[in-house]
Amino acid sequence: MPLLYTQNLRREFGGVIAVADVDIEIFKDSITGLIGPNGAGKTTLFNTITGLDFPTSGHVFFKGEDITELPAYKITRSGIARTFQNIRLFKDMTVFENVMIGRHFRGNNPKIVKNKFLNFILGRIYVKKEEKDIYENSIKWLNFFNLLDMRDEYAKNLPYGKQRELEIARALATEPEILFLDEPAAGMNPQETDSLMKTIKRIRDLGITVVLIEHDMKLVMNICDKIIVLNYGKKIAEGTPSQVQNNKDVIEAYLGKTDD
Amino acid sequence: MLNFILLIFIYIGIYAIAAMGLNLIVGYTGLLSLCQAGFLAIGAYTTAVLMTTFHMGFWESMIISGFIASLFGILIGIPTLRLKGDYLAIATLGFGEIVRNVILNWDSVTKGPMGINGIPGPSIFGTTLSSMDKPAWIVIIWIFVAATYYFIRRIIRSRVGRALEAIREDEIAASSMGINTAKYKIGAFTTGAFLAGIAGSLFAAFNQSVAPLTFDFMMSIMILCMAVLGGLGNSFATIVGAVIIVLASELPRLMGISHIIPPQLNQILFGLILVLMMIYRPQGIIGRIKLNYAKIVKEEISDLEK
Amino acid sequence: MNLFNIPSNELLQHLINGLTLGAIYSLIALGYTMVYGILKFINFAHGEILMAGTYAGYYFYYFLYDPSKGAAYTIGIFIAALVIAMIASAILGVVIEKVAYKPLRKAPRLAPLLSAIGVSIILANLAALFFGTKSKKFEYPFNNSSMDIGGSSITPNQLMILAVGLIMMAGLKLFVDRTRLGKAMRATSQNQPVAALMGINVNLIISLTFAIGSALAAVAGVLIALEYKVYPTMGTMAGLKAFIAAVVGGIGNISGAMLGGIILGLLETFGVVILGIPQGLKDTIAFSVLILILLLRPSGILMKNIREKV
Ligand SMILES: Nc1ncnc2c1ncn2[C@@H]1O[C@H](COP(=O)(O)OP(=O)(O)OP(=O)(O)O)[C@@H](O)[C@H]1O
Ligand SMILES: [Mg+2]
Repeated sequence: MPLLYTQNLRREFGGVIAVADVDIEIFKDSITGLIGPNGAGKTTLFNTITGLDFPTSGHVFFKGEDITELPAYKITRSGIARTFQNIRLFKDMTVFENVMIGRHFRGNNPKIVKNKFLNFILGRIYVKKEEKDIYENSIKWLNFFNLLDMRDEYAKNLPYGKQRELEIARALATEPEILFLDEPAAGMNPQETDSLMKTIKRIRDLGITVVLIEHDMKLVMNICDKIIVLNYGKKIAEGTPSQVQNNKDVIEAYLGKTDD
Repeated sequence: MLNFILLIFIYIGIYAIAAMGLNLIVGYTGLLSLCQAGFLAIGAYTTAVLMTTFHMGFWESMIISGFIASLFGILIGIPTLRLKGDYLAIATLGFGEIVRNVILNWDSVTKGPMGINGIPGPSIFGTTLSSMDKPAWIVIIWIFVAATYYFIRRIIRSRVGRALEAIREDEIAASSMGINTAKYKIGAFTTGAFLAGIAGSLFAAFNQSVAPLTFDFMMSIMILCMAVLGGLGNSFATIVGAVIIVLASELPRLMGISHIIPPQLNQILFGLILVLMMIYRPQGIIGRIKLNYAKIVKEEISDLEK
Repeated sequence: MNLFNIPSNELLQHLINGLTLGAIYSLIALGYTMVYGILKFINFAHGEILMAGTYAGYYFYYFLYDPSKGAAYTIGIFIAALVIAMIASAILGVVIEKVAYKPLRKAPRLAPLLSAIGVSIILANLAALFFGTKSKKFEYPFNNSSMDIGGSSITPNQLMILAVGLIMMAGLKLFVDRTRLGKAMRATSQNQPVAALMGINVNLIISLTFAIGSALAAVAGVLIALEYKVYPTMGTMAGLKAFIAAVVGGIGNISGAMLGGIILGLLETFGVVILGIPQGLKDTIAFSVLILILLLRPSGILMKNIREKV
């Protein structure tokens, strides 16, 4: 059974059908690419899956459970993390703090802490233990991305490529089973893109399933096990990189109709 | 004269408590609330009714007042689940007006426009304070100011504060980090309302009377000005803001020229503060203090190592 | 079909009253909605702009007022006063935008809102300082004795409110839908950067929006003044109610503002009669409507629910 799948997922904005009854299946430990021309509905598909937008109809299943109606924070807590096409870091917080926020809810241990609000104010011992966990895990993820020496820098002051990495680090700090990346290579130079490719593979090797939207075909064709193609909200093809590359509909969607 | 200065510092203290509560909502969480006067009114009237009709003591009444105000904080906090910026501001304004309208018209409990008089003072160490005992009042009220300051400091330096900061920066990103933003926003509202309720209760007990017209929209604006003037997101700055605003509004009386200074100048001053501060110094006189949570946490957990 | 045991002539009477009230709300609501459509912020000072224009019209009218010159003259200077009020409000609206809002266009959302609240307080108090807090009677420029229709009465002023309201709203709708400037306005409210790229002078459009919205508010102000006098805080409550009307209709939506105004006017009138809500709590109706609509349908009744684009 796929780790995550959608059933007839649809999202309309007024007259625009951004996602048209799409079924996708994401298998564990895979890297799946989601491609399609601008406005194809890729980001909207991500949004409806991660709870930042609600579908007009259809369902999303994760680990066998229907998560369609869950609010974003519960979806994240269930093990789904994401990044954003136009980076949404906490700009005026430090690099370290950004990752700490990613870890925030993992420190919540409902078994010991009942009246949490007061406990925080009182600074109880188990609060400290949770904070320690957040602190140490944040360091772990900063190390993973070589961001540790920039830890006290404000996020907004990082170079663009580093901001993209920080956003991934923050997402990973939520300890997801599946990670959605929306155009992670956008705005990166070729060296940065290369290192990003390696990073994505390292993430997969940690046992985290990756789904990514990308316009950089070299990256997509190189690292994805499976590619899904959207056009005008519809899924027009899926398969291995070579299958998709040679698919007539895909070529048409990207290049326009060639006959006539 | 001395008496008058003491009086001013009593009012500064009461407003500072309410303004620090508002600062938690506006400054730290980034939600614009325009009904702090409404929460003050709820606190003041709860105390007035409990002490006159039910002959309760002041301290119990104060606690209950705080909780009733925070109950209404939850009530008005729930719309914040769905409202952003300006919409929220208007909804809170509407709420403040509803509170005032209800107080004005609920004659059987609130005595309508006349207000409630003859509220007994609090008893402390066996004596009952009246409005005349200003030095004692100063001490009591500034103890509450200090306690409020400390209370908010604890919240802000904790993980809760970190989450509030993230929500203020980018609510959508915060929710996709697994933060239950609704819970935190309602929490901020509730706490801010609680503090306003306490301030209102002190207000009622000190004046030994309450009247509905006191708690109007201008009072909400004045409290907001305190937080904005000092610097949003900084409790100490809020106290400074309260000192400046109350002194500025009482200056004519202090200098004995209140008969030639029309009362409108005061409010024009509040208006100017808002406009000019927004254009030239939106961070306030002192400005926000950016905490470094990594350092705070590191210190906090250092004794766990052993 | 008498649901609430109200005699049908009374029902008609309340309908007339509700519609006139609603027309006033609609006129004011248009200003909120147009500004929100373009700048995505609530012009809190809108009610005070209305008040200032009304004072201008009032003083102009009484400067020229001379009962010995006959009814036609009185009507003439009243119309002139209406125009003066519109011009005064329009200028004030444009100036306020330039001084207090424009520098804040790129600031965080809280900033322009707080600035607008500041402006509204300044204006109301300046008016109190210069014109006094006592309310001034603005006499009807015509004989306002009521006429009988089907057992209920309608005053000439009510008729005028309905007529003027209808003309202004129809004019605005035509302007926005049919003229080049109106189209530029819609384009700007839909997508400011793109509008700018297409050569639309966005600053001009913003000024124009403020001018039109403020002028419409001034008309409403003068019409209110005839019924309820002129005073420094006359715009505050009317402004708030009209804002609620704009929200009810779906803020940013011109037809919505008109509809919202009418709905609110009717709700307030009938709320008092049918639900027996005491007059003192009348304002509570509007605010409860506001909170309810924000909870149930925050984008208003005419707008589709659209979530923030991520
Ligand atoms: N909040 C929204 N309101 C209205 N329309 C929207 C909204 N979000 C997306 N759309 C529309 O839905 C369609 C799909 O947009 P989406 O952002 O999902 O495309 P995309 O595939 O991510 O494109 P890109 O490669 O440019 O990022 C577009 O036509 C877009 O205009
Ligand atoms: Mg996209």
